[in-house]
Amino acid sequence: MSFPLLTLLGAVPLVGALVVMFTPRATGRVTGLFISLLTTALALVVVGLAAGGRDLSEQFTWIPAFGAHWAMNADGISLTMVLLTVLLTPFVLIASWNVGHADAEDGWGPRAFSALVLVMESFALFCFMATDVLVFYIFFEATLIPMYFLIGGFGEAGRRRAAIKFLLFGLGGGLILLAGVVGVYAISAGNGQPTMLLADLAGMPMGTGTERVLFVLFFIAFALKAPMVPFHTWLPDAAESGTPGTSALLVGVLDKIGTFGMIRFCLELFPGASQWAAPVVLILALISMIYGALAAIGETDILRLIAFTSVSHFGFIVIGIFSFTTISMTGATFYMFNHAFSTGVLFLAAHFLIQRRGSQKIADYGGVQKLAPVLAGVFLLGGLSSLALPGMSSFVSEFMVIAGSFSQNIWIGGISTLGMVLAATYILLMYQRTMTGPVTEDVEEAFGEERSNDLTGRERWAVAPLLLIIFVFGFFPKPMLDLIEPAVTTTMSQVGVSDPSLTMEGSN
Amino acid sequence: MSGFTAPALEYGHLAPLIFVFLAGTFGVGVEATVPRRFRPTAQLVLVAIGLIGALITTIGNWVGALAQPDTGFFIGVEGSLAFDGPTYFIWATLIVLGALSILMFGERQLGGGATPFTPQAASLPGTPAEREATALKLEHTEVYPLAMFSLTGMMIFPAAADMLTLFVSLEIMSLPLYLLAGLARRRRLLSQEAALKYFMLGSFSSAFFVMGMALIYGYAGSFDLGIVAEAITQGAGSYSLVVGGIGLMAVGTLFKVGAVPFHNWTPDVYQGSPTVVTGFMASCVKIAAFGALLRLFFVAFGGARWDWQPFMAVIAVLTMFVGAIIGIVQDDVKRMLAYSSIAHAGFILTALVGAAQGEAIMGMTSVSSALFYLAVYGLTTVGAFAIITMVRNEGGEVTRLSAWAGIGRRNPGIAGIFALFLLSFAGIPLTSGFIGKLAVFGAAWQGGFGWLVVVAVLASLVAAFFYLRVIVVMFFSDAGDEEDGVEVVMPSWRTTLTIAVALVTTVGLGVLPNLLLPAASMAAEFLR
Repeated sequence: MSFPLLTLLGAVPLVGALVVMFTPRATGRVTGLFISLLTTALALVVVGLAAGGRDLSEQFTWIPAFGAHWAMNADGISLTMVLLTVLLTPFVLIASWNVGHADAEDGWGPRAFSALVLVMESFALFCFMATDVLVFYIFFEATLIPMYFLIGGFGEAGRRRAAIKFLLFGLGGGLILLAGVVGVYAISAGNGQPTMLLADLAGMPMGTGTERVLFVLFFIAFALKAPMVPFHTWLPDAAESGTPGTSALLVGVLDKIGTFGMIRFCLELFPGASQWAAPVVLILALISMIYGALAAIGETDILRLIAFTSVSHFGFIVIGIFSFTTISMTGATFYMFNHAFSTGVLFLAAHFLIQRRGSQKIADYGGVQKLAPVLAGVFLLGGLSSLALPGMSSFVSEFMVIAGSFSQNIWIGGISTLGMVLAATYILLMYQRTMTGPVTEDVEEAFGEERSNDLTGRERWAVAPLLLIIFVFGFFPKPMLDLIEPAVTTTMSQVGVSDPSLTMEGSN
Repeated sequence: MSGFTAPALEYGHLAPLIFVFLAGTFGVGVEATVPRRFRPTAQLVLVAIGLIGALITTIGNWVGALAQPDTGFFIGVEGSLAFDGPTYFIWATLIVLGALSILMFGERQLGGGATPFTPQAASLPGTPAEREATALKLEHTEVYPLAMFSLTGMMIFPAAADMLTLFVSLEIMSLPLYLLAGLARRRRLLSQEAALKYFMLGSFSSAFFVMGMALIYGYAGSFDLGIVAEAITQGAGSYSLVVGGIGLMAVGTLFKVGAVPFHNWTPDVYQGSPTVVTGFMASCVKIAAFGALLRLFFVAFGGARWDWQPFMAVIAVLTMFVGAIIGIVQDDVKRMLAYSSIAHAGFILTALVGAAQGEAIMGMTSVSSALFYLAVYGLTTVGAFAIITMVRNEGGEVTRLSAWAGIGRRNPGIAGIFALFLLSFAGIPLTSGFIGKLAVFGAAWQGGFGWLVVVAVLASLVAAFFYLRVIVVMFFSDAGDEEDGVEVVMPSWRTTLTIAVALVTTVGLGVLPNLLLPAASMAAEFLR
């Protein structure tokens, strides 16, 4: 077995968080940024090696009695998730440079923020790379802890309540998942050899009824995480009360564990039950998509609005996954990647905006574009990426999801195009209400002279790379798609489905 | 004269019991002969010799037995004690947990030079006699022999292979505990009430137990668990005797583990007893009682499994939910941990209900997973009660939850350790409690009770809520009741050592459970 590179990748931010806690208060955030960039560099090396065909899998026996192993591997889907995590984290740290309360003596300052973000990054990376159900479960639960403190320590009024709500929903999902994990372990033990390894569990014989029960347990846990309607109510609250940087990570990275888990665990472990449940899941996803969009249109709080757009987008992703076509599943995976950046830009731009004006209410804004054109421009680009404008990477993925679902079921595909229309509505309405029109008095007071309070250099550095990623992969998605597609093909063959004959060949 | 043959006793295998029992007996002698001021030291030395000797002989016997898989494990002492894997595992666990608990009996630094026990139990609370005793710095060093006698009973109880031994050891275990419960130094009326309540309800449940024994004896014609098992498997005779007997004996044992609906004594007794005794009861009694419950139901009543499994499943569900839900509204830390212990009894019962057995070397059976759970739960529990003894004001320990507000800011270290113990109770990964839950739920599912696992995780969620509530109060609430002068007092090495062991095992067995799991899986099956 070669050097455990993947474990190292996950461990760097975790050890780094400890280092940050022990550096002087003043240099803590610089150290944190440095470590997150180091993680990014290491991740790029890993992706390069894996794309070159190197076998990075690791496996060490951990608890023989349960057949649990410390097992890591990275296929295309995992690598996509790893990439989005390491590419988003440093820029969230840059954007959240001055996070924390004025009376930061109680410990909730930028240094603690950096450390917690790094801990979360580490746990998320382990989640995406784990190929052992128990290891995945442990990090699935563990991510709750740093996120709980990020919301509860740094947010706005009502943050304690939102943090507890987040934690209870998270624990609820986690414990339901625990029942599922216990189930697969018990069945494998009943078959003679207890195991938690994905490779051994996939294709394990089990009764149809049992498989369906286990699928439902896993699916509910992931639907709570992702979140899908009707399990979504914690997300807008968390986004409203948390800092936007936290929310960018929450929606961009942590919630992806849910949709990632659906592919990795629901589909691969319970292929029969996945197909059995697909119609219901697709309808739930459609409801999520439409409901999230409508709620976003009616929302008066900027951060809650962005949270609802994510509920809608997660509906899209789930449609892509459960349409069972190569193109839609590749699109869904790519969508997860893009969504992190478009929502990330939106949250960060909203953060800059709210910092200046001191209000989250849409009604308190108007005409910002005239006084802070760069900020307005970033906000618009983030929004356009969110509504999947052609030329942006999210367009490619959204198109692939819709194309794939059309070939499987024309109704699902047809209704999901409605989501695109609604997305244009909520984004453009928000832009119009906050950025265009006459400059209101309050806004003038907050922004001062024209351009005098526009984005600073640091803030531009925080969002420019994210926008660059969106554009590069918008015009040239091939590298990502080449990375994802082989892994999706493998998953498809494990589920035992093939593309319908009417597939739109060559559409990517 | 030649008509009587002396029973052939396996003294080598009985050595652990003899060590513990003699330590108690000599302890009584110490009370009679040694001057008052030397007694605490003398007692401590006796306890140490007894427990270390018992631990060494237990492990020696176990290792020796494992070397001879065919003949090493046997039912000895004229058929009254089973020397099998579960017995050795339980003995080793009981000795370690007993040592940690009894160590704290002599903690003086917390109480300003006084032990946690009343100076003179015979004097009425608030009388001049009591004040005089306090002024003279009297001490009841009898608590050590009492605890050792109780421990002897605890060790025999889960090892008993016939019903008479089972009953006698139940009483040996319980009687000293009734006394210990009433010996608190502070709030003595509450303590005496707890003792009386425990005694009354305990006697009541013993009566049920004996009645059940009579019915089973009437059916099988023997007290021997193996013969009972055979008779039940053959199924001749009046089966209603069996059902009645199982039910009544279940009442007796479920009372001791604190399962609903026989749990009512738990909160009062846990709250009223001296906290060090509560820690002893919560960890050791639970292990002994569950050991006996498992042996009784798997060995003697194994053939009637289809009859008791649904009944036990209902008990498990009730126990989990009553413990978890009523725990939420408690405003006293000790009462809250009492309801927590009820909920945990429910979680362990899921393994019993599953009745998963098997020869798989690696796999966990119901017995091994329940024993693992009990061991790690016991260790965490002893640590948690040890921390409760440290939160004090001038009037002694303060267990009101509202008074704990903000101690996480003043003493982040101690509050952090307590929070970790609570997270382990809640079953958060990387703590030993999580591995324990995984094990018992796995056993339940293997036994075909998947639905019970789903119910159990929902109960875990409810329980997690009240553990989180304490953590939030400690760390995030503004300090209330400042006028009470609540502070965390630093203890002597005795309590510190207990907490350290609990902390190391809670984290260590959470990260590397393989340090203990193989031992548990060597205790996977009872000898029949």
